[in-house]
Amino acid sequence: MSMEEDLSSDGGQKKFLYVNRRAPYGTIYALESLEVVLIGAAFDQDVSLAFFDDGVFQIVKGQDTKEIGMKNFSPTYRALGDYEVTKLYVEKESLEERGLTPDDLMEITYEDEDDDWAEKPSVRLVSRAELSEVMAEQDVILSF
Amino acid sequence: MLHTVNKSPFEKSTFDSCLNHARPGDAVLLIEDGVYAAVKGTAVAGRVADMNGELSLYALGPDLSARGIKDASLIDGISIVDYGGFVDLVAEHEVSQAWL
Repeated sequence: MSMEEDLSSDGGQKKFLYVNRRAPYGTIYALESLEVVLIGAAFDQDVSLAFFDDGVFQIVKGQDTKEIGMKNFSPTYRALGDYEVTKLYVEKESLEERGLTPDDLMEITYEDEDDDWAEKPSVRLVSRAELSEVMAEQDVILSF
Repeated sequence: MLHTVNKSPFEKSTFDSCLNHARPGDAVLLIEDGVYAAVKGTAVAGRVADMNGELSLYALGPDLSARGIKDASLIDGISIVDYGGFVDLVAEHEVSQAWL
């Protein structure tokens, strides 16, 4: 079955995981990943994002790129909920190695349509072992 | 000598290699993703703090701001410079080595 047929047919929903392991501005990977996630959101799939290694730096709050002449794309992560991208797995060990705590991350939320549109956090802190399980459950993994 | 490092110390061995080859009295300027090495409480912070007496350590302010790193979270002894300060450091040192 072609991918197009698969995506459009009933019950063809697959689990997609976008793996984010790079810091935001030194390379183009983080921005490219975010753009692909937004494009992919049109396909009504079961989408998750994983942030580990230097990828956790992508969602650190207080980013201000005025002086480096690059677009600050960090606010876009907060819009992911509107595209039904509501599962952002963040690895605790990666935060700790980088001197970060969950309080250093942006508040990223979504409105749960199955719960009277209650606002809920999109970030799910997981251990390295838990993240391995999340990866093992996927149908498709896209790495950036 | 002035050394510049632009890679994350968590992803590449660039920063480590720089410290292994820098000589007492040298200056090290952290730029781009290299500035992540300047933060307190990380897995590499001990190594950075150990070099503080021997090396002059600097971090580029605009790259810190872009990454949401506050001045208060820098390891003691690291000085923040702006683009003008970057130029001054290059002018003050006869040789610059860019660790990529």
